[in-house]
Amino acid sequence: MTLRHRQAVHGHVDGNALAGPLSELFAVDVTAAEGRCVNCGLTGPIATLMVYDRAPGMVARCAGCDNVVLRLVRTPDAAWLDLTGMTWLRVQLPTTT
Amino acid sequence: MGIVSPGFHGRRRESAGGLPPGQYLTNDFPVLSAGPTPRIPQDEWEFTVTTESGREHRWTWREFLDLPSETPQVDIHCVTKWSKLGTEWQGVSLDVLLADVETEADYALAHSYGGYTTNLPLDDLLDGKAWVVHRYDGEDLEPEHGGPARLLVPHLYFWKSAKWVRGITLLTENEPGFWESAGYHDYGDPWREQRYQGD
Amino acid sequence: MARLAETRRETETARTLLFDVPDWPGHLAGQHVDVRLTADDGYTAQRSYSLSAPDQVELAVQRIGDGEVSPYLTDVIGIGDPVELRGPVGGWFVWRPGTGRAVLLIAGGSGIAPLMAMIRARRLSGDGTPFTLLYSVRTPSDVYFADELRRPVPGLDVTLLYTRGTPDGWLRPPGRLTAADLDPADTDRDCFVCGPTGFVEAAADLLVAHGHDPRRIKTERFG
Repeated sequence: MTLRHRQAVHGHVDGNALAGPLSELFAVDVTAAEGRCVNCGLTGPIATLMVYDRAPGMVARCAGCDNVVLRLVRTPDAAWLDLTGMTWLRVQLPTTT
Repeated sequence: MGIVSPGFHGRRRESAGGLPPGQYLTNDFPVLSAGPTPRIPQDEWEFTVTTESGREHRWTWREFLDLPSETPQVDIHCVTKWSKLGTEWQGVSLDVLLADVETEADYALAHSYGGYTTNLPLDDLLDGKAWVVHRYDGEDLEPEHGGPARLLVPHLYFWKSAKWVRGITLLTENEPGFWESAGYHDYGDPWREQRYQGD
Repeated sequence: MARLAETRRETETARTLLFDVPDWPGHLAGQHVDVRLTADDGYTAQRSYSLSAPDQVELAVQRIGDGEVSPYLTDVIGIGDPVELRGPVGGWFVWRPGTGRAVLLIAGGSGIAPLMAMIRARRLSGDGTPFTLLYSVRTPSDVYFADELRRPVPGLDVTLLYTRGTPDGWLRPPGRLTAADLDPADTDRDCFVCGPTGFVEAAADLLVAHGHDPRRIKTERFG
């Protein structure tokens, strides 16, 4: 198989791949959190999004409808995080007493 | 700079002279994509120019092929730091596609099958600087590289050369595209290394 | 910063690497690290690798012919050489001891790495819940952790699925994972699937068609 074809079938990885880049921004692991897609209403862990990472940034799409749920661009001195494709994000936290 | 790993060189590359700052030379043609690859049959493909007043100019695949074409040979520069020299394309100059379009617009927003967008000043599409290309290296453009047709604007970073292009909307005000609204530079001149906003 | 401490050859094209990392915080079975390499001219490349042990910073790396990070890790890096590691990261594709729920692991090729961490975590913690591993490889010489997987462990059922060539006298003909490789009576399991994208998609579809609860199927594609 040529390089061109191998890359062509590469497609996407899972939202798990966002764990490292997002760990620069958040103290908790966001990939285990649940989010809701603005477009189709599907809810699920960030880890189950389809992530396209061979691009100028990381683009995470809804597994149900392909809608862009999250974008992350890392510049030398900043991270741009776009969450407009998500209505909410539910992060599990330790129970407080 | 990070910790240097002794003996690590990475992909074979030359930081050859004559390249824009920070770019490396590549001989293959990396495929970048922000989503699934659209598969658009040629007989369903259309290209539409929409003016600021809403007037539409539309070409089917057949009509597009009937336009006079050119074979630009150009260097391309991707913002992810690879450059490829002497690439050969065939397509229609935007000068041809915009010849009969009446507009007062200063800006353009290219949009693609699959939802991608990118913005450019209209001037950067004119005077022999930009094409809609449908052939690469003597063959029909593969879907992975933007076929049936993509925009080719080689004097700007390659994300401006929208794959799977389906139209251009002319605007009186600038509207940032997909990457331009997420930290990337609005204009993207590789010779001035305008990668990110603020560069 | 991490320094290479030890390596083991797994197959012709793969090896495991053990790193010394001062102040490593520990990790969960299934988590990964991002490895970042920098050349002396400042060029950098980064890839993610799963941790293949629950108690050590161990990576199992398959050399990709046209890759730029993996050939360095399988063939170039020497003992004591430094690399940058970010992690551990990922809180979803993880197994924790003590859930009491039986587990089905499905690995394609080097996708065995995070699942091996789970198998080892189970053994280290003394957790007795049943584990089944279906491990798809091309040929017998492509099996990672071969000696360790051959040793019997109570409650751990290991099945190798060869896609190209089998050992002599092997009953199952070579071929991809199919419904016939799944136990029809046993769908009450937490499933972890790891491998190349196509393999993971096919396996996950098979599990769902087989009656497994999609919410209990966790996948990790490595592209």
